[in-house]
This record gives sequence, structure tokens and C-alpha cells, in this order.
Amino acid sequence: MKHTLSVLVENKPGVLTRIAGLFARRGFNIKSLAVGETEDPEVSRMTIVVDGDDRIIEQVTKQLNKLVDVIKLSDITHDEFVDRELVLIKVHCDASNRSEIIQIVDVFRARIVDMGRNSMIIEATGDSGKIDAIETSLRPFGIRELVRTGKIAMVRGPKTRNGEA
Amino acid sequence: MEVVFGYPGGAVLSIYDALYDDDRIKHVLTRHEQGAVHAADGYARATGKPGVVIATSGPGATNLVTGIANAYMDSVPLVAITGQVACNMIGKDSFQEADITGITQPITKYSYLVKDVNHLARIVREAFHIASTGRPGPVVIDLPKDVTAARAEFRYPPEIDLPGYQYMYNGITAKLNCAVEAIKRAKKPVIYAGGGVIASGAHEELLQFAERIQAPVTTTLMGKGAFPDTHPLSLGMLGMHGTCYANYAVSECDLLIGLGVRFDDRVTGRVDTFAPNAEIIHVDIDPAEVGKNVNIDIPLVGDVRSILVDLLREIEPQRHDQWLDTVYRWRRDYPLSYCTKKDTIKPQYVVEEIYKVTNGEAFITTEVGQHQMWAAQYYHCKYPRRFVSSGGLGTMGFGFPAALGVQIAYPDAVVFDIAGDGSIQMNIQELATAVQYKLPVNIAILNNHYLGMVRQWQEMFFNKRYSHSNMAGNPDFVKLAQAYGAEGLRVERPEDVRPALEEAINSPKPFVLDFVVDEEENVYPMVPPGGSLNKMLGGSK
Amino acid sequence: MGITAAQALVKGLEEENVTKVFGYPGGAVLPIYDALIDSDIQHVLVRHEQGAVHMANGYARISGQPGVCIATSGPGATNLVTGIATAYMDSVPVVIITGQVATSMVGTDAFQEVDITGITLPITKHNYLVKRAKDIPRIIKEAFYIARTGRPGPVLIDIPKDVAASTIEYQPVEKVELRGYKPNYKGHPQQIERAVRLINKSKKPVIYVGGGVINSGATEELYELAWKAQMPVTTTLMGLGSFPEDDRLSLHMLGLHGAPYANYAVTNADLLIGLGVRFDDRVTGAIEKFAPQAKIIHIDIDPAEIGKNVVVDVPIVGDLKLVLRDLIEKLEPQEHLEWLEQIEQWKQEHPLQYGNGDRLRPQYVIEKLGELTNHRAVVTADVGQHQMWAAQFYKFTRPRSFLTSGGLGTMGYGFPAAIGAQIADPDALVVTVTGDGSFQMAMQEMGTAVEQNLPIKVLLFNNNSLALVRQLQHFYCDKRYTAVSFTGNPDFAKFAECYGAVGLKIETRDQVEPVLKEALNNGRLTIIEVSISEEELVLPMVPNARGLDEMVQFPFGEEDQCE
Ligand SMILES: Cc1ncc(C[n+]2csc(CCOP(=O)(O)OP(=O)(O)O)c2C)c(N)n1
Ligand SMILES: Cc1ncc(C[n+]2csc(CCOP(=O)(O)OP(=O)(O)O)c2C)c(N)n1
Ligand SMILES: [Mg+2]
Repeated sequence: MKHTLSVLVENKPGVLTRIAGLFARRGFNIKSLAVGETEDPEVSRMTIVVDGDDRIIEQVTKQLNKLVDVIKLSDITHDEFVDRELVLIKVHCDASNRSEIIQIVDVFRARIVDMGRNSMIIEATGDSGKIDAIETSLRPFGIRELVRTGKIAMVRGPKTRNGEA
Repeated sequence: MEVVFGYPGGAVLSIYDALYDDDRIKHVLTRHEQGAVHAADGYARATGKPGVVIATSGPGATNLVTGIANAYMDSVPLVAITGQVACNMIGKDSFQEADITGITQPITKYSYLVKDVNHLARIVREAFHIASTGRPGPVVIDLPKDVTAARAEFRYPPEIDLPGYQYMYNGITAKLNCAVEAIKRAKKPVIYAGGGVIASGAHEELLQFAERIQAPVTTTLMGKGAFPDTHPLSLGMLGMHGTCYANYAVSECDLLIGLGVRFDDRVTGRVDTFAPNAEIIHVDIDPAEVGKNVNIDIPLVGDVRSILVDLLREIEPQRHDQWLDTVYRWRRDYPLSYCTKKDTIKPQYVVEEIYKVTNGEAFITTEVGQHQMWAAQYYHCKYPRRFVSSGGLGTMGFGFPAALGVQIAYPDAVVFDIAGDGSIQMNIQELATAVQYKLPVNIAILNNHYLGMVRQWQEMFFNKRYSHSNMAGNPDFVKLAQAYGAEGLRVERPEDVRPALEEAINSPKPFVLDFVVDEEENVYPMVPPGGSLNKMLGGSK
Repeated sequence: MGITAAQALVKGLEEENVTKVFGYPGGAVLPIYDALIDSDIQHVLVRHEQGAVHMANGYARISGQPGVCIATSGPGATNLVTGIATAYMDSVPVVIITGQVATSMVGTDAFQEVDITGITLPITKHNYLVKRAKDIPRIIKEAFYIARTGRPGPVLIDIPKDVAASTIEYQPVEKVELRGYKPNYKGHPQQIERAVRLINKSKKPVIYVGGGVINSGATEELYELAWKAQMPVTTTLMGLGSFPEDDRLSLHMLGLHGAPYANYAVTNADLLIGLGVRFDDRVTGAIEKFAPQAKIIHIDIDPAEIGKNVVVDVPIVGDLKLVLRDLIEKLEPQEHLEWLEQIEQWKQEHPLQYGNGDRLRPQYVIEKLGELTNHRAVVTADVGQHQMWAAQFYKFTRPRSFLTSGGLGTMGYGFPAAIGAQIADPDALVVTVTGDGSFQMAMQEMGTAVEQNLPIKVLLFNNNSLALVRQLQHFYCDKRYTAVSFTGNPDFAKFAECYGAVGLKIETRDQVEPVLKEALNNGRLTIIEVSISEEELVLPMVPNARGLDEMVQFPFGEEDQCE
């Protein structure tokens, strides 16, 4: 099963390597990983989606916690959280199917950010389910290129990253 | 593959069991995995073929790290095969588990962790391909125990499919013309040749090229042998302990042609005063090297040999009589030199004598320290692949096991490891390997009872505050050799040097020569670190 | 007043009460070496950096304080890798200081540059590349704190040459503040309650002890616990010495080459109490057959160890000393007469034993060594058959008296570790039990031992073979022996003499006692070369993928050994 881990780490060089290295060496499987600064410039937030059974996830969290640069880690899989991912899709199009594609874009509340004679680039944000869905819907037209940012997530409600309400 | 060097263990049992049935591959059992990897490296440097080393998981694999880094820094083709714990044990800190692909990530050209035996044949093929093409380097293949025990249909793939691996760059003709023009324009050209010339097999082309354009040639430590040191156009080595005339020539030249070099800090000294008046042509197979350390006017990315062939096609003979006169005058006025003492052996003298008795035909390996620099300065190399030394990493302990690798490749050759008393101790255990395989290598220890290079720096830059550079507790090296049933001789007087060398060469056994040399001799000339090449200490203007 | 960062480093070491460092100089650490001249810290010059880190390891394991080693950039640093991994696998606190090329050169493949923080990422508890000189005092403080606390481990500090040479205002650091590192020491009271209940209920308990008990200094608590609840104790290789092996409750070592009764006890136990252990594959054998009837209590300082290899009924994260205190207080005295009787019977029927007769047996030599040293020497062992014999037959009685590379199984560890041990405890009697293969991996350190005047005894079992690997080939490769036989070995006694040390030989059974006595009493560095057969086997042995109770036992193989 997929788990979403929200990890606060020291914002300094080499931390990403430490985490990526840990996953590689222990044979854990990263599905996606997104990093960025938080409101505190000394701290970054990583959202890591990992695949594995409970034993594996337990090891992942414990091993991550051992890294000196990992400040706090929460497995938010079972929390109420908002998650988003952004995708850019370059899809093949021509006069015959352009309107059909535009319709799909509308349905998913996505945007067209570039339009050429034979292709267009579509930008969509949403949770992973939605991103998967738009990808599937566009696939028949011929996807030429696709980039996903990986998921970022935030727990709902008043709780903040330090656990304070 | 004809020879592999290795050391067994639990995780490589199946591999060793397969070797049991194989008559084509000779396995050389060393005494430490470090010895095995350096021997494979020496073998590769001397032959040009990839060296192969096998070690078990965990400590066996980690014992290779220095040797892998050493091969990486000097671009030596090497395939390191390591055992690994079974796939289902990986990542659990199992017994003798070490993440060797992770550990060696910064020091390999590429690495594989093989999880499926069906991929093995392809991976082996790719590994040898990657190790030996383009800019050569070490490749690690990590083999879990269960994978080597598993069975598969052996299918050696006919083709290699590696879209991410581009190793052939051809010199761009437009740039080639620029180079031709620059060479024609030049009044004071210098060729600066490195290990890349040897790796690409371009020494003959280099000779033709230098003679054709009448440019003097200086080599790096790694480039020794790329151009005959005995040739009139040769300036010997440049850089920190280069000859004065090479360093002057580089400082004065108006065109510097770098062939298979890295513009390493040991060579350039202070970068902004390096070859200040020169236009620079840089020929190298690795695009990442070009422009890394100094700005290049004319980059030519590609195989040195093919590019030299192209250049030779375009260029008529040139003359630079005046420039050569100047350079030769420097060579006459500021030669390499040292003071002799009547009763004390000078280390430089030993190297000179080794050169003379072997007529420059021997294979020389070195350790790291003062003796290495003296070897580079005073042993004149005539051929490529006969001077084997750790340049980029500067690994003490490399020379002796490397000499074993060389001797295995060329059983009849005369092989000398020019060593220091500090360095030789690092892998002294390999004496047993030399004895076991009856390798008649000669070890010439220039014994100054110091970590001499460290002492020299402490003398020069730390007010003679000698901190832990003195070697007390050295063994009696002669008795040591004898404890192995090898031969040993202590030499204390200058007149005994020559006969001792002759005795060693004629002996069919490994031979340890303990030359008791002047303790506080320094290596000169010397460009102090961060200094300009034309400002040398010792023996200069 | 300003001082150089190198001087600040040395000052930081002094503040951490470091009195010895092990190292080897080179260009990139020259400023540090220069600063060392003016310090009272004693520097031990080794002959290969590998020796330095193993010595620091041995020093740490004897003294309980972090060991410190120094090496130059490039090859100096890479030569430490095996030793760092060794310390990491065995949770030994070591602080490693490496030189690095100047900051401006980092990343350019400069002379003697390697990315040692990258390389050691998988094998350090933490590491630092120092970019600003003024961070040095803080980093030193943190490094020692991290190395020493929680589950100990190696910490590496990589210092570029220019950083070390630059001047800073020295301000001592009072407190370590690490947001991401807060080891947990107190066990959870509820879990402790649950453990007490399980112990009270148990009829056939076994305590299974590892190196963690020694690290936490909890051996007295262990003894109390075992006696109060009358529970037998078996130890791992790393745990040897944590519980006196001459005690009635001792089951000696378990696992791959463990005592038969220890393996039987674990297999039949209804409760297994793991203290500072890892449930390592060398201990458990086939994991699904390990302690099949037992509930498991696992107490360890490292939460990541708990549940890693086996499913645990009662996990307790905390410092063993504290947790065991709590546990002992809450526990009622117990008796397990029947169970202990059963164990006694196994001990009678399946003792640790070996073939006798006239032949010189290595096990006999180790037993004699145990007797002659009153089981109180500091013994370091390398890796191989000799290591297992030392573990099986010496009979350890004190914590911190047996040092060997358990997790990584590093040949070449034993002799330098003995040097570190002897330097940590100059009055101790230090014996290295080694093999011809292993000793050669670190033999250059004879020079160090001679220079430091250390009266270490090197008991070298020479079978001219990598005999433990040979044993594996015997069992798993149909006796097809490859690459295990050494024909170029030196005469080790002569080898000793060329360093000015003593070389002795034992070739027959009746030489064992007199020669050992001579060596133990001569006050000098001594190699005792014991000639044994390469055909000896370490028994018992649990074959691959078998349960602990499925050991191959003595007298297996005796008949086809040539006398
Ligand atoms: C493995 C390793 N450790 C440390 C160094 C740093 N170093 C460079 S030269 C040298 C001294 C070498 O001493 P020795 O082998 O006796 O040669 P000498 O300089 O006396 O000729 C040292 C310690 C190194 N290059 N390699
Ligand atoms: C550095 C290293 N390389 C390889 C191994 C694999 N290995 C384990 S035991 C052993 C043989 C040890 O031989 P020796 O020290 O002579 O001891 P013996 O088994 O003969 O007593 C080997 C090669 C290892 N543990 N460590
Ligand atoms: Mg020396």
C-alpha cells in the first residue's frame, strides 16, 4: 500500500542525498518525492510517497527518524490531508481532435499553457487520483511528454507542522 | 579475460566454485583485497586491458574502496566484482552487508547491483564496455549471493544498448581548423601530454606530431612514457616537482597544446599565472574535463589519437629554432641536479642507477612520496605503459601490488617498485603473494626513515616542526624479506648500489633492496602550493 | 585572541577529554598535525590508516569513550572506509577526522580529493563537511555527542585544508542543540509492565544478550535480572563477556556456531528476552524456525532495530541500564527448576567439544589460554575459524574483554584493535587470537606496536589457509577448494624478530602450556605461531536455511581428518 510521509528536514546541502541514499540502500521504493522550503527558511518539507507493507513502512519511518537532519516525520496516510500534484502534459493534437481535448481539459479544470499546430501543453493540479485520471483520458490522443512534480500534502485543520494547534 | 585478482569469502563462494572448473582464467590470490585491486590496476595500466578484481561482500568490498578511487582518478579500466548478501537480506544490516554501490557511487564510472541472474550476462558485457571505452574507469558489479547461485541460460548479448552512455566524440572539424591555424601561428609552442595519450594509444602519433611541428613536449606524471624522455624535444615532467625548463617553457609559451590532460592543480600551480601568454588547445575525450580548471581557447573533444591523426593530415612541418634554442638553454642552465656526498647514498642516485642498469627498459612502479618524484625525475621512460604510478589519488601502498600485476602480465620483464619506507609497509603483506606466485619483482626502498614528503613540507612550511613524520619501529627489511623466503639486501654505500641492483635483477626471487639514503634530502625543484610555475625553489634562476 | 581552526579542533578534542588519537599524516592534515605538537594529546602513528580506525575502535570498546582517528584526504580517507563500516555495524563510538582539499578545489577531482562524506554516507551515524572554520567547535561537540549517545556509532568530520589553516575566535560550545537527534532513554512504563507479566508467566525463559548491554554498561543489571528470575542467558558474539560464562545460568554463545544447549534452549523457549540485540541472521538461522514457541520481548535503544527482523510481542525502546532497573524492581523472584534441569541435561549431553588425541587442537590452545589468564585477559579476535574457537572456548567473565568484528566480519581487525585496547588500558593483558589470513591484513602494525612498546601477545593459528572459507567449500561446494590455500606465508616467528619482537612456535600439544606461559610472562610484544591443520572444522554449525536446533555437531568430520 502507498503511504504518504511528511518529513521536516534541515534545509542544508546534502540532506536530499542522505534521504535518497537511505532509500536506495535499504531497498525501499519511492513512488514520488517533492521538496521545498517551508515558512521557516532553515527547514524544508519533503513529501514522500512510499510503497510497501506495514513492516516496510515502519522501517522506513524509523530509519528516516535516525537521520540527524530529519527533524520530524509523520505518516499522514491515515490523517485527513489535502494533497496536490502538478503535471505538465504535452499531447499530440490536430484540427480534428482539438476540441475534444479542450473539453477534457475543462472537465478536469486544467489549463492549456501552450498551443502549437500539432501539440499542446496542458497543466493540471489536483490529487494523485485526478492526475492519474487526466493522464488516462489524454492517453488516446498520444502523450508526447509528461512531467509530474510528485505529491505535496498538508494535514487539514488547525494542526501545524510542529503539532501545535 | 586471462587473469583475475581476488580474495574469497562467503558471498562469492559460487563465483569461486565456477573458477574451480575454468582453466582459461588464472586467479591470483592476494593477501588483502587492497592488494588485489591495485594489482588489477597495475595489470590494466601495463597492458591496456581492463583489470578484474573479485572480493567478498562487506569488508572485502570496502577494502577495495581505495583501489577503486585510485583507478577512478587515473582513468584506469577496471571491473570490480563484489559479493553481496542475498537479495532478501539487503538493507537489513545483515552479516557482512555493505552498500558498496552506494559507497562507491562517487568513485566509479558506473555500478550495478544485479538482482536477476538473467541480466548478468548483459551486465558483464556492459561493464567491460563502459570500463574500457571513452575515458576509461572503474565499474563495480555487486552480485548477491543468491543471484550467483541461481542458474540461467547464458546468452552473451551481441549488442550493447546504453542510450545514456556516449563515449565517442569526434573532433569538430571547424575547431580542428582553428587548431591548425593556431599551430601555424605559434612561435613558441609547447605540448603538454598526459595519461590520455597513453590511454588512447597515441604515443606514436604524438612523436610524429611533435617532430612535425617542432614543439618541445612536457609530460605529466601520468603522461610519463607518452613521449620518450630521451628524445631531444622532451622536457621531462612539469608541475610542482617538474623540471625548471619544462615549467619555464610552459610559462613562456605562446601556444600550449594539452593532450589528454586535466590541468590538475599539481601541474598548473596558481591557475591565473599558468601559461599566461599562451593560447590553449585542449584535446580530451571527456568533455567535462575541457574548461574545468582553466579557460580553453580551442577545445577539441575526442579521442586523442584520432585527433592527432587529423591534425597530422593538415599540418606541414614547422620550425621554431629560436624557441628551441631558448628552451635548450634553460635545460642546460637549470638541469635537474642534486649534491652528492661521499659516504651517503643519495636517493636520486639510486634512481639514476636503476635507469642505467635497466637501460630504461624496465617496468617501473612507484609508491607515493619523495621517492615517487625522484623516480619521475630521474628514471627516463622510453615507452608508454612502463611507468605505473598513482597520480590523481596519490595512494601510498599502490606500487608494490601494482608491480605484481605488471609482473603477471609480463612474466619475463624486469619490474621495479621504487618505494619509500613508509609506503612499502602499507601493503607489505603482498610479499607472500609475490612468493606464492614466484614473481621476481624488485623492491627498491629509498629508506630515509621518514615519511619524507611530509617531513619536507613540515620543514618548508611549518618551521621544521616535524610532527609524526619520523618512522620509528621500522622492521629490518632484509630480514623481513628472508622471513618470506624472498631475498633482501641492505645497501649503505654509494659504490654498492650498482652491484646490488644487478644482483636483484638476476635473482629469480622477489628481491627487497633496502637503500639507506640521506634522511633529510628534499625534492627539488618545487613550486610551493598555490605558487606560479616559474617561481620554483631549488635549482632555478 | 584568534587561533587556527586546526588549533580549535585540537582544543575541542581536549575539551572532550580525548587523550589519545590514532592517525597518519599527509598534506591535507598538516595544519592539524602542527597543532597536535602543542597539545598533551598523545598521537599514535600507525602504518596504514586502516590500522588507525581499528585502533580507535579497540580503544573505544575498552574505554567506553569515543576513539579518535585522523587521516589525510584522498587515499588516507578511503583507507578508513572498512574500519568505519566495521565500527558502524558494531555500534562503536568513533570520531574520524579527515583532511580535505581546499574549499575552492572541492568538486574538481583535485589531487587527493575524494568525496568522503558521500562515500561514508551509508556507514556513518552522521558526517560533516566543514565549510566554515567557526563551526569547528560546535561540530566537534556535536560529533562526540552523536557518536557516544543513543546507539553509538562512527561520526566523520571532513575538514578542508584551508578551513583548518584559517583563524577564528575560539568560543567553547556549552550545549548541543540538534533538533533532529534526541535519543530516548526511559523505557515506556506500560511496556515494562507487560514485560513483567510475560516473565512472570513464563516457564521456559531465555535471555538473549548482545553488545547493547555492554554499551549501556548494564551487565550488573543483567546479572541481577537473570538470578532474580532464574533465567538462563545466552549471548551473541558481540555480547560475550556481558554475563560470566562460568556462571551456572550461562548458556554461552548461540547461533551459527553457538553452543548446542544455547540453540536448543532458544528453540524450546516460551519466552525470549532480547537485550541489545539485532536478531542478526548469524544468530537466528532460518528466521521462521527461530524461537518458534516463544513470545519475544525486545529491549533496545534503537527503535529501528525493533521489529526489523522478527515480530516482537513487547517492544521497549530505551537505555538498557535504566529499563532493566525498572524491570528488576517490578519483578517477583522466580524459579524455573524444571527448565534449568532440562538445560543442564542438554549441557551434559551436547557440550561444546572437540577431538582429542595427540594432535594439536586449536580449541585446546584456546582453553589453555583461558586457564592461564584466569579468563580475565582482553582478547581480540580476527575473523575466521580461530575467531569462533576463541568465542566458544575462552570463557569470558568480564564485559569489554572480547573484541571482534561481529557485524562486518572484518579480517585485519584483531591486531590493531588489540593495540587500541592496550593503549586504552596499559596494564591489561591483551591477547590477539588471529589466523594467518587475517593477521596478514594488518601485519604492518607490528611497527606501531613496537614503537609504542606494547607487550601484546599475538596468538596466530597458522593453517596456511583461509580455513573458514575452506570450511564453507567443504560443506557447500563439495570440497572443491579454490583460492583458500596460502603457500607464500612467511615464517611468522622470524617476521616478529625482524621488528625486534619475540617470535615463538607451538607445533605439538605438549608445547602449548610452556610456550604460552613463556609468552604471557615475558612482558614483550610476542607472536606465537601455532601450527594447525587446515582440515579442522568449527562445530557446531547451523547449515544454511536451517533452524538453530538442526546443527551439525561433533564428531562430524572427525573420521576424515588426517591425523
Ligand atoms: C594512503 C596514504 N596516506 C597518506 C598519504 C600522505 N603522504 C604523502 S607522501 C607521504 C610520505 C611517504 O613516505 P615514504 O613512503 O617513506 O616516502 P618518502 O617521501 O620518504 O620517499 C605521506 C604520508 C598518502 N599519500 N597516502
Ligand atoms: C576483509 C575480509 N575479506 C574476506 C573475508 C572472508 N573471510 C571470512 S573468514 C576468512 C578466512 C580467514 O582466514 P584466517 O584468518 O587464516 O582464519 P582461519 O579461518 O584459517 O582460522 C575469509 C577469507 C573477510 N571476512 N574479511
Ligand atoms: Mg621514507
